[in-house]
Amino acid sequence: MKSDKIFKYLLFSASFLVIIVAAGMVFTLSSGAIPAFKEFGLKFIISNQWNPTEGRESYGALPFIAGTVITSVIALLLCIPLAFSTSLFIAEYFYKKRVAMFLSTMVDLLAGIPSIVYGLWGFYVLRPFIVELGLSPQGYGIFTASLILAIMIIPYATSLSSEIISMVPNDLKEAAYAMGATRLEVIFNVILPNARSGIFASFILAFGRALGETMAVTMLIGNSNIVPTGLFQTGNTMASVIANQFGEADGLKLSSLIAIGLILFVITGLINAIGKLIIKKLA
Amino acid sequence: MSSATIQYNTRSDYRKRKNRLFYWLVIAMSAITVSPILLIIYKLIIQGYKQINWSFFTKVAPNTLEAMTANAQGEVIPGGILNGITGTFLIVVMAAIIAIPVGIMIGLFLYENQGKRFASIVRDISDILQGVPSIVLGLIAYMWVVKPVTHGFSALAGSVALAIMMLPLIIRSTEETMKMIPTSLKEAGLALGVPYYKVILRVLIPTGFSGLSTGILLAISRIIGETAPLMLTTLGSSAVNWDLTKPTSAIPLLVWEFYNDPNMANLIWSSSLFLMGFVLVLNIISKRIAAKQNR
Repeated sequence: MKSDKIFKYLLFSASFLVIIVAAGMVFTLSSGAIPAFKEFGLKFIISNQWNPTEGRESYGALPFIAGTVITSVIALLLCIPLAFSTSLFIAEYFYKKRVAMFLSTMVDLLAGIPSIVYGLWGFYVLRPFIVELGLSPQGYGIFTASLILAIMIIPYATSLSSEIISMVPNDLKEAAYAMGATRLEVIFNVILPNARSGIFASFILAFGRALGETMAVTMLIGNSNIVPTGLFQTGNTMASVIANQFGEADGLKLSSLIAIGLILFVITGLINAIGKLIIKKLA
Repeated sequence: MSSATIQYNTRSDYRKRKNRLFYWLVIAMSAITVSPILLIIYKLIIQGYKQINWSFFTKVAPNTLEAMTANAQGEVIPGGILNGITGTFLIVVMAAIIAIPVGIMIGLFLYENQGKRFASIVRDISDILQGVPSIVLGLIAYMWVVKPVTHGFSALAGSVALAIMMLPLIIRSTEETMKMIPTSLKEAGLALGVPYYKVILRVLIPTGFSGLSTGILLAISRIIGETAPLMLTTLGSSAVNWDLTKPTSAIPLLVWEFYNDPNMANLIWSSSLFLMGFVLVLNIISKRIAAKQNR
């Protein structure tokens, strides 16, 4: 039938659009980044200079790559024990109980809070707290940004982890209990080995989220274009430098920012692909 | 004999104690996990309710001077966030118009072509698109729309960025919804000689309607608070604007402006509270629909 053919064709071309959009993104970012890479070559990635002075312009992405990786790794380290405990609470200790439902709704809500609201809360609540503890005079810096990032990525890690943990077959657990194992032993000797790769994937995906977070980090990291050397030093991430400097950028600077966007795109794409691959293997 | 028993008992005690300790550790950690959401909502309500009044919804954002005088006299800052509300409405509706039909079509395509190579490539790419940081989407929309199409910051550019964000969510939820519909429904239609496209339009989509709308509402709740891509595309505007090709404000953009202006500090919280409330309501409605569907 003719109408059927047209319809199938329509669906097919719509799907093709996804590929066009993705390819177009790669193409646009690459072509926008060409002037920067032409000017600085591969030094763009390893240089820690960020100097917009007219005539002596020199841009390097190292401070921002370092800032992104450091904040995201710290956020992940903070997130792991919290998200793991919470998913055990939801999917093991209080599985299908009311309190677990409540907790998982709350964690879902955490995912729904806009990034800028996290930033405000971090700025007005977390930052003064850090100052009060005497950890840093202004309260800005790598640690504060990582802390807020950790809170932001917990829901992503928790929802997937708890799903994976709840899928561990009951008879395996019961067999261990029958042997006299305590719950703790069941968790670490039965659940964890079974759910290991799924939990790992959930943390990888959460890490991918942390890499690209913009607003909250921009508001808390202190925005200085240096490679951070301490936990309480200020810095900048790839996302935050784009957000900060895009407004007044043109020419070579704009191209450098687009190049940073390209690097960020590639890194998050790789991390997400790895996470999805692990999950796909599980299914 | 007896010594062995004692040893066994202490070992057992040790294991039990460790077990209990871990139990409480899990509870404590979980409590730490949920505390931020409660603290954030508390802070938003405590600081924000004062500014929520009639003019908050009917007036545009005040300028610094107005806010400063009001602060000096200890009054509530005049004006509201009307330009943000209309801007967010315009940008999000346009994004939805772009993303929803295409997303549903792609979801249908993936559902109809399970296990085929091309479909799985499309699915993978859509998954990767979902992980692209929103700021990068802002850059993309800047180069696709702001520069060549509208020759300046525009609401349309923001809509394009948000539409790309929405697309993978809609695709995923459409495919999942379609998978839940029993194939017998589809087969019954086809057996009666109904054309394939009519089966989709008259059987599959109405049956999966609640699933589709849940996905759409969740996708909207995800993009409505996005700030970073809008900073690069729609820029902001101090007046109400309905022109897609002009710079436009949005609620998150206003929050950002208020944040950067010390005089406006009081308005930050009420705007965030409003934004947060909106996201919450969308989430609750979509959960309700999903729960009804499951029953």
